[in-house]
Amino acid sequence: MPVEIRLPTVLRPHAGGKSTISVEGVTIGEVLNNLVAANPGVSGQVLTGDGSLHRFVNVYLNDDDVRYLDLLDTKVSDGDTVSILPAVAGG
Amino acid sequence: MHESVLDLIGGTPLVDVSSLSPNPRARILVKLEGQNPGGSVKDRIALYMIEDAEKQGMLHPGDTLIEPSSGNTGIGLAMIARVKGYSLKVVLPENVSVERRQLLALWGAEIIDSPGSEGSNGAVRLAERVHAENPEWVFLYQYANHANPRAHYEGTGPEIWMDCPEVTHLIAGLGTSGTLLGAGRFLKERNPSVQIWAVEPPTGEIVDGLRSLDDGYVPPIFFELDGPDLLDRKTIIGVRDSVEWTRKLVDVGIFAGVSTGAALAGAARCAQVIESGVIVVVSADGGWKYLSSGVWTGDLEEAIARTEGTTYF
Repeated sequence: MPVEIRLPTVLRPHAGGKSTISVEGVTIGEVLNNLVAANPGVSGQVLTGDGSLHRFVNVYLNDDDVRYLDLLDTKVSDGDTVSILPAVAGG
Repeated sequence: MHESVLDLIGGTPLVDVSSLSPNPRARILVKLEGQNPGGSVKDRIALYMIEDAEKQGMLHPGDTLIEPSSGNTGIGLAMIARVKGYSLKVVLPENVSVERRQLLALWGAEIIDSPGSEGSNGAVRLAERVHAENPEWVFLYQYANHANPRAHYEGTGPEIWMDCPEVTHLIAGLGTSGTLLGAGRFLKERNPSVQIWAVEPPTGEIVDGLRSLDDGYVPPIFFELDGPDLLDRKTIIGVRDSVEWTRKLVDVGIFAGVSTGAALAGAARCAQVIESGVIVVVSADGGWKYLSSGVWTGDLEEAIARTEGTTYF
């Protein structure tokens, strides 16, 4: 099922300048792998060599950080939005 | 009677705002940290970090402090530094509201601007660079200083527990993670089923000056205190929801900052997905620093647009 991935500014050049891309997948892991397969320039920035999420990158499923859902096993549905964002501090 | 204004830090009130809850079985309570003398929750950590440094012999009369802050920690430190006789330089993202600058200046702090498009991440980087060039200055570093979460473990958490032992959910903005990890850990130690939810601003578009995802920044204390384990949920609340909820709070007589609106929006989402509960929200500050953003007056769309251009977390 297709979901919409929203890319942070820094990744857009690696995805043909697009800010959103439609990607197929049943889980977050699948969606991210398919994103990388279609846009090899993104590889290594979101997932590390062993396939886990980069420490300073956050992935959100409709605004919820997937680290607190089911991580890469989090299930996605048609029309969901997956956002990739650099971790940002405040205070 | 209090001997010093610093004795007024902490001991903030908890107020029931359940009339705003979308779920009649989910109570919502707000802890008003804007009632601290310096104006925000950061007074707590500013005092703890300074006193801790003094105790460790790292800080001496007349010393200069340098600290990265989007405003509130800088302001808290500035007030306390003024009272205790220290100098302070605050590295501040240039796109914060004018009131933050005015408050820092009034307490006597010097401002060093960091690029607005890099948010607090950029402020941290620049502060580290400036400190390296001036090693005699004291860098308390709120993002890595354990006195920060300790202030919440020993203050904010116990106060919530005393006022509301029936709490089921704690919701707060995620900035340094101090509030969530400190108060959150205290509450979970007393009731392991308390849920800790973090709320974040939508920085993807706002903080677009980060050159690569390697510029992402997670406060060291977050990993050191098992943040990923302690937090139960982390949610982005958009500027629209944040401003709308900040306005809604006026209906119950509360004049709070935009990050409070964000936390309330998070509480409303929580209320909608639970059957029942008691949700405690930490309101970081009052509305004073956001008047110039037109958050309450005039057109909602304009208020949202103006707020989007600032660093308000």
